[in-house]
Amino acid sequence: MSNKMKLSGLTDILKDLDVESLEGVTIEGDIELDISGGGGLNPAMAYALGHEAAQISLHVANIARMLGYPVDQLFAASMGGLPQVPVAGQSRIQELIPAKLDVAKMSEWATPIQEVTLGATSADGGSRKNTITLGGENALPYYFDAEMPHRNYVTMDVFDMPIGMAKSVKGNYEDVINDPAEWAKKVVRDFNADMVTIHLISTDPLINDTPAREAAKVVEDVLQAVDVPIVIGGSGNPKKDPEVLEKAAEAAEGERVLLASASLNLDYERVAKAATDHGHAVLSWTQLEINAQKELNRKLMKQCGVPRDSIVMDPTTAALGYGLDYAYTNMERIRLAGLMGDEELTFPMSSGTTNAWGARESWMKESPLNQDSDWGPREYRGPIWEIVTGLTLSLAGNDMFMMMHPTSVQVLKEITQTLYGSIEADEIDITNWVGAEV
Amino acid sequence: MKINSPLEAYKFLPGTNCGECGETSCMAFASHLIDRSLKATDCTPLVSEEKYKKKYDELEALLAPEIREVVIGVGEKAVSIGGDDVLHRHKLTFFNKTAFAYDVWDTMDEKDLVERVNKIQDFKKFYVGDFLTLDMIAVRSVSDDPAKFAAAVKKVMETTEFPMVLCSFNPEVLKAGLEVAAEKRPLLYAANKDNWQDVAALAQEYNVPVTVFAPNDLDMLKSLAKTFSENGIEDVVLDPGTFPTGKGLRTTFQNFLKIRRAGINGDRDIAFPIMAVPLTAWMAHDDDVSASYWETVVASVFTIKYGDIMILHSIEPYAQLPQVHIRDTIYTDPRKPVTVDPGVYEVGSPTADSPLLVTANFALTYYTVESDLSSNGIDCYLTAIDTDGIGVEAAVAGGQLTAAKIKKGLEDAGFDMKEKLNNNVIVLPGLGARLQGDVEDETGAAVMIGPTDSGRLPGWMEQNWPPKK
Ligand code: SF4
Repeated sequence: MSNKMKLSGLTDILKDLDVESLEGVTIEGDIELDISGGGGLNPAMAYALGHEAAQISLHVANIARMLGYPVDQLFAASMGGLPQVPVAGQSRIQELIPAKLDVAKMSEWATPIQEVTLGATSADGGSRKNTITLGGENALPYYFDAEMPHRNYVTMDVFDMPIGMAKSVKGNYEDVINDPAEWAKKVVRDFNADMVTIHLISTDPLINDTPAREAAKVVEDVLQAVDVPIVIGGSGNPKKDPEVLEKAAEAAEGERVLLASASLNLDYERVAKAATDHGHAVLSWTQLEINAQKELNRKLMKQCGVPRDSIVMDPTTAALGYGLDYAYTNMERIRLAGLMGDEELTFPMSSGTTNAWGARESWMKESPLNQDSDWGPREYRGPIWEIVTGLTLSLAGNDMFMMMHPTSVQVLKEITQTLYGSIEADEIDITNWVGAEV
Repeated sequence: MKINSPLEAYKFLPGTNCGECGETSCMAFASHLIDRSLKATDCTPLVSEEKYKKKYDELEALLAPEIREVVIGVGEKAVSIGGDDVLHRHKLTFFNKTAFAYDVWDTMDEKDLVERVNKIQDFKKFYVGDFLTLDMIAVRSVSDDPAKFAAAVKKVMETTEFPMVLCSFNPEVLKAGLEVAAEKRPLLYAANKDNWQDVAALAQEYNVPVTVFAPNDLDMLKSLAKTFSENGIEDVVLDPGTFPTGKGLRTTFQNFLKIRRAGINGDRDIAFPIMAVPLTAWMAHDDDVSASYWETVVASVFTIKYGDIMILHSIEPYAQLPQVHIRDTIYTDPRKPVTVDPGVYEVGSPTADSPLLVTANFALTYYTVESDLSSNGIDCYLTAIDTDGIGVEAAVAGGQLTAAKIKKGLEDAGFDMKEKLNNNVIVLPGLGARLQGDVEDETGAAVMIGPTDSGRLPGWMEQNWPPKK
């Protein structure tokens, strides 16, 4: 039911309300009012007839009010015993108050993050097809304060021996698990890895105690197999790693790799020297402690003479549900301090996102606790655990991600590059999302 | 908050040091006001004595959080959103964790609807001594039929105490929902540039909180919010639109940043809680797994950056588990201690034949192990070694968990293995396996290697305990 009513017809209606002041008012043109509901327009009556009719009387009253008539008093009088009735029209808001949202940019973010380039092409004496530059930010990631100069990059893990992996990860690597070079090829060719990390874990005296010289051969194989920049990781054994990284750095001379890592609990001077002697960058790894990160960076720069453009930080990644809150805030504080001028922290950051696979939610078949709701299939749980862990740290300013599962890599790249601004997609009309059939 | 030092708050307190608030002095109480661990109402004299009325009112105004707090629902399940004072959690903490509302729609079968609502309200995930759960139901009008909508709202109310969001752009439909549910204080969704007068009238008439929706139009959003609040509608939620893909998503992210930065910096007209609608991911993806994944990704972004309430669709565990965890990650108070006191703790009622287990004193690690043991009825001694609050794997790598540390930990706790145990066995965590030889040398005990995840301790116990002679 919808009646069109001419404004000229209003006078008749308003007569019921004794609206004498309307007389003598001329209204140009014949404005049409769109009124739902029927006639019958004594307001007190209308109220009794319910909402639809009341709406009409409100339209009418609004017009009268606009024309300067004291409608409210009239309503009160006309309705007799019903003055406190909640007729919304009594306070119905007439006009939008115009507004403009002004937001200042962050003036304190005055110091850019250092740019660090990894990999060397033939022009620079290497054999990589391309280089990758991390850092250079002038704001928190994806913020409107300043464009981010470089997107995030993913380096995928390759190990020099078969290792224990979650089932859903393992399925992707069974064919290459005994051949690091083929493994490296696979992650670049099939899984779109920007870089490759070769972890020389078999060098650990408690595992195979592979001699450093032999491990360096694996590095050569990987450099042969792929033409992206690479990261070289030791086994995590603090006594052996310096030697392993020295030999690896030598083997990779000219390729500008990232050596992982220098830390306070091993002979970081040797690692730093291996990097500077052979033109590589070094990963400065500390454990969730901003002051330790400052200390190690300072030592690398001052004591070991590592140039600023050759330091990347790994402030430690804890998995979602297992300390990610500390890891996130630690990184965010490091990045904010850098942007605000702390020269000991203005370096790009790297995350061992693969750590997400340590969370039981990522790999366990079902919850060990019977009070929990069903955990659902683990093959979907694992990758999203790695994605959310990485994504969280990307928002804290992390630049490079070390990852394992191809689905995780794909989705993490998609979301970080979407926020970075390099993904085009058809715009979705969300104006009526409420009624969408999903 | 307009003040940031205890001294400034102290001026408004009675200054009698009466101790009724549980603090030793008014100054101590004042510092708790500043870190928001206590409220002005906790000072009984201040609220009850007439002579302090003016000071109390002034203090409350100064202490009010920058971002308005909005309560949705009634009773125990009511949720509060907003109330934040900082842009980064380490500056204080974030308050009122993001409320997760899952949708149902009015064209669903009644049976399906009830089943879905039950799934949503029954979801729980044990975590550090408590359960992570979901919060709300969003009822969407797909039919655009007021009667159908009212019936769906009614059914939801009969099934759950979870607060509701009533979703339609048609004021007649919203009104029909309110007729059924107004006393439950649902959140209205939404007023936009076309219907705002009618929706505002409904919010006033029924006295419920209301969302204003202006997709990618921050001036309009602010205009709506300002208009509403200046006309007495104080409980406003802002939806700047959640565009799920491409440049639209990037713009959405930046819109959230702008709104919250302006609000925290003192623009009262926009200092309201923000709503995200990751559900729109379903408008961009056809298959359920991709849609669920993308929805989870979008939800994570807006849980981390300033979403105070969100409407979600996927009830797959692989979507919900990371969502409840990322929310907990962001809203955990960073000031709360990260460690448990080192020592030997009894789990259940251990005897001389029970195992002695070793773990790190990182609170998360310790509580995870502890709950795996206690909820599976395993009696044992659990040693928290002082690893500086670092988890087992990292502590082994970083040298904070060593044989010497383990020996010292037992000694400091006064735990004499010979006296307490018949077995002289230490069970190391699987991630500390490489310490086995050292620990044997250092302590003279036999060392067994437990599983790499304490969730597997029940199975491990069955196979390995008691140790074969
Ligand atoms: S209750 Fe109030 S007056 Fe008494 S000590 Fe606490 S703050 Fe001071």
